[in-house]
Amino acid sequence: MATTCILSGWALECAPPNRIFEERNLSEIIVVTSGKGGVGKTTTSASLGCGLARRGKRVALIDFDIGLRNLDLIMGCERRVVYDFVNVINGDCTLKQALIKDKRVEGLHVLAASQTRDKDALTEEGVQRVLDELNSEGFDYVLCDSPAGIEKGAHLAMYFADRAVVVVNPEVSSVRDSDRILGLLASKTRRAENGNGGVKEHLLLTRYNPRRVASGEMMSVNDVKEILGLDVIGVVPESTDVLAASNSGVPVILNDASDAADAYEDAVGRLLGEQLPLRFLEERKRGFLARMFGG
Amino acid sequence: MGLLALFRSKPSTASIAKERLRIIVAQERSTRGAPDYLPLLRRELLQVIHKYVNVDPEAVQVHLDREEGHEVLELSVALPDKQGG
Ligand SMILES: Nc1ncnc2c1ncn2[C@@H]1O[C@H](COP(=O)(O)OP(=O)(O)OP(=O)(O)O)[C@@H](O)[C@H]1O
Ligand SMILES: [Mg+2]
Repeated sequence: MATTCILSGWALECAPPNRIFEERNLSEIIVVTSGKGGVGKTTTSASLGCGLARRGKRVALIDFDIGLRNLDLIMGCERRVVYDFVNVINGDCTLKQALIKDKRVEGLHVLAASQTRDKDALTEEGVQRVLDELNSEGFDYVLCDSPAGIEKGAHLAMYFADRAVVVVNPEVSSVRDSDRILGLLASKTRRAENGNGGVKEHLLLTRYNPRRVASGEMMSVNDVKEILGLDVIGVVPESTDVLAASNSGVPVILNDASDAADAYEDAVGRLLGEQLPLRFLEERKRGFLARMFGG
Repeated sequence: MGLLALFRSKPSTASIAKERLRIIVAQERSTRGAPDYLPLLRRELLQVIHKYVNVDPEAVQVHLDREEGHEVLELSVALPDKQGG
C-alpha cells in the first residue's frame, strides 16, 4: 500500500487587477497569430485586411515580423516601402508617411516591418503609441501579422489585441503550438492583465484538404475544434491559388474564381458577426471528364 | 469518416493524432500559467526526499490550482510500500 502525503494550502500571491478601467479603442485590434511558423498567418492577414476594407472599413495591416518583412510582398507593395514600423516608433518619420495606401482597395493601408536585426527595435511603449495614433486617425481595424514563435515580436503583436485569429493547420505540431499561444493570449495580454474579459479568440483552420480528411489521413475541423475548444471563424482549403496569389502580390481573396477566396470572404463576414455555414469541407465534385482524365 | 476507413482494421492516423493531442494539450494546460520554478522545485524536492526514501521520479507530483483570489500549490509524494531504515 502506498502512503500519500499531501502538503497543501500553500497560497501564492495572485496579481490583483492593477487597472480596472477599460482602455476603449475605437479601432479594433486583431492579432493574426499561430505559434508555429509557415502556417498561413501572412496569407490570412492580407486576405482578411482586404476583405474588411472591401466592406468599407478603414484597415491598417501591420507586419510585426521584424527582420523578416513579408507582408509587403504578399500585398504587392514591396517597392513602395520607404519608411517602416520601427522608423515610426523612432520618430524618423510620421505615421502618415509610413502607411502605404493600397491601390486596389480603398481604405486599406500597410505598415511594413523593419528589416533591422535589432531585437529591441520594437518596444511596448512604441507599439502602443502607433496603435493609439491609428485609433485617433479613425481606423476601424488594425490587423497585426504576428511572427512565428513566442518571442518578443509575437508577444508585442498580441499584447494590445482585442481579438485573435489563431491560424492552424490540421497537423499535430501546429495544433499543439496554437494551444501554447492560447495560453499566452489568456495571460500575457493587456486585456488579460486588466481583467476586462480577455482577448476574444477565433480558430482559422487553413490548408485544409477535404479528401485527406475523408480518408482519415487528416484531422477534421471538428477534431481540431474539439481539441482547442475554439469557435471557428473560417476553414480555408489547401489551394494552388495561394501560391499564385503570392507570386503576383495580389491577396488570394481578390481572386474571384478561387475557393480559398470564398472561404476568406466568409471568414471576414463572421469576423463582422455574420452567421454563415462552413463551406468547402467536402471535396468538390469533379466532372465526368475530369474524373476520367484528371490526375 | 470515409467509406474506406470503415473497412480498415487499424485506426486512421487522423484519429491517432487527435488522441495524442487531446492528452498532451490537457497535460500542458494543467501546468499552464504555473511559475517557471515549478520544475526546479520538483527536482530539488525529489533530491531531498531521496535522502530519506527511495522514491520514483513520478512519485512526486506538483499541482497548481487556482481558486478565487489565491492559488494553491499541492505537492503529493507517493511513498513506497516498505521503508528501509
Ligand atoms: N490555403 C493554402 N493553400 C496552399 N498553400 C498555402 C495556403 N495558405 C498558405 N499557404 C502557403 O504556406 C506558406 C506559408 O504561408 P504564410 O507566409 O502566409 O505563413 P506564415 O504563417 O505567415 O509564415 P511565417 O511564420 O514564416 O510568418 C506559403 O508558401 C503559402 O503560399
Ligand atoms: Mg508571416
